[in-house]
Amino acid sequence: MTDLLAIGTRKGLWLARSEDDRRTWALDGPHLLAQEVAAVSIDLRRPAPRVLAGIQYGHWGPTVMWSDDLGDTWQETDHGAIRFPEDAGVALARVWQLRPDSADRPDVVWAGCEPHSLWRSTDGGLTFDLVRGLWDHPHRPTWEPGAGGGAVHTVLPDPSSNRVTVAMSTGGVYVSEDGGEKWEPRNRGISVVFGPDPLPEYGQCVHKVAVDASDPDRMYAQNHFGVFRTDDAGSSWSSIAEGLPADFGFPIVAAPRTPGTAWVVPLVADMQRVPPGGRFRVHRTRDAGATWTELGEGLPDAAWTAVMRDAFCADEGDPTGIYVGTRDGCVYASADEGDTFSLIAEHLPDVLTVRAAQLP
Amino acid sequence: MSVQVVLPGVLADLAGGSKHLDVQPEGGTLADLLDALAAEHPRLTRRIRDETGTVRRFVNVYVDGEDVRYQDGLATTVRDGAEVQVLPSVAGG
Repeated sequence: MTDLLAIGTRKGLWLARSEDDRRTWALDGPHLLAQEVAAVSIDLRRPAPRVLAGIQYGHWGPTVMWSDDLGDTWQETDHGAIRFPEDAGVALARVWQLRPDSADRPDVVWAGCEPHSLWRSTDGGLTFDLVRGLWDHPHRPTWEPGAGGGAVHTVLPDPSSNRVTVAMSTGGVYVSEDGGEKWEPRNRGISVVFGPDPLPEYGQCVHKVAVDASDPDRMYAQNHFGVFRTDDAGSSWSSIAEGLPADFGFPIVAAPRTPGTAWVVPLVADMQRVPPGGRFRVHRTRDAGATWTELGEGLPDAAWTAVMRDAFCADEGDPTGIYVGTRDGCVYASADEGDTFSLIAEHLPDVLTVRAAQLP
Repeated sequence: MSVQVVLPGVLADLAGGSKHLDVQPEGGTLADLLDALAAEHPRLTRRIRDETGTVRRFVNVYVDGEDVRYQDGLATTVRDGAEVQVLPSVAGG
């Protein structure tokens, strides 16, 4: 079995492979050189694994490309996989998220994009349709862009129902229970620091949301200040930041097979996006956020870098492997749920996204 | 009418390897020219303009040597026999 890690960066895509249960890795790349790869997914539901990449050609605009031979060749849809319909009056600015749906919906792939929009493909990612229910939501004109742009950056389809959860910066968490037709904000308890109302109905800058292994109603959110948990599918959120050295950060990752386990990478603050004291550390909870443990074996001190919201992921292995990429082009891998890390790539461009898969 | 489109090398692969294309637009504006180009080379034309039809921010288009941003944009007149050059602007990092 091959473990594959896709590493999307500001200037291309790299693929790391391990043939020895994640002890050593061989790096292959660059693919898509000089193109920003802000979103990547590895879709294992097909006869051949499909790597989907949301790219930005720089001068030449954004699109989705795909490879069915693990990066040897890349293809794109002639007229663009994601195109706003004429009546929208806007153009695609960036693909932030590509998320294959469940095995029961084998050709469905979701995309979160800038400007704030959600897209659904029923042909494996070759073409996408705008999810009108969210696009036409009356709140949309008031979703403001954050510093990185206004986008749907997190898409979480529930494999056992028609629920779809999205997170936006800004906008917050919205949930549809009918596959995308109707949407409602679910941000109660998530705070904001950039507006007069600290607990608005919506408009939060939720940086990332992850679903717990045990229960689709239990989710974790790394907010623009604050780390939160919901046990009721977003209807209410409670702080789980106590015990962390800082409650600012971008990614949050939940273990796919271990209930209650999640990881964050604290940064000092929005105005100081570096690890506290320059000590680059991952923090793990084993009890759904009641307590946190600092993990640092194999991670550097004096590392004044940061981790983007999608540059942290978990694999499906046992024990769970986790992978964290940094803005200074390093990727650290752990095959033991974060107890120890090893450096598997360095001197890459800024790492924007990492995604892992175990190839059959 | 016939118009010659001159492409930068990085876009030539999307036009069958050629940096010079003879295009026959149905009308006499830049928009008409890009429509004709899109019919033959959709992936190439997506690099030049977005789905609203707007020329991308960091792409420069010159009709007979004049930057269309300082003319009439997509409504810029493209005469029979014109040369339309596409270039990436000074940008990147």
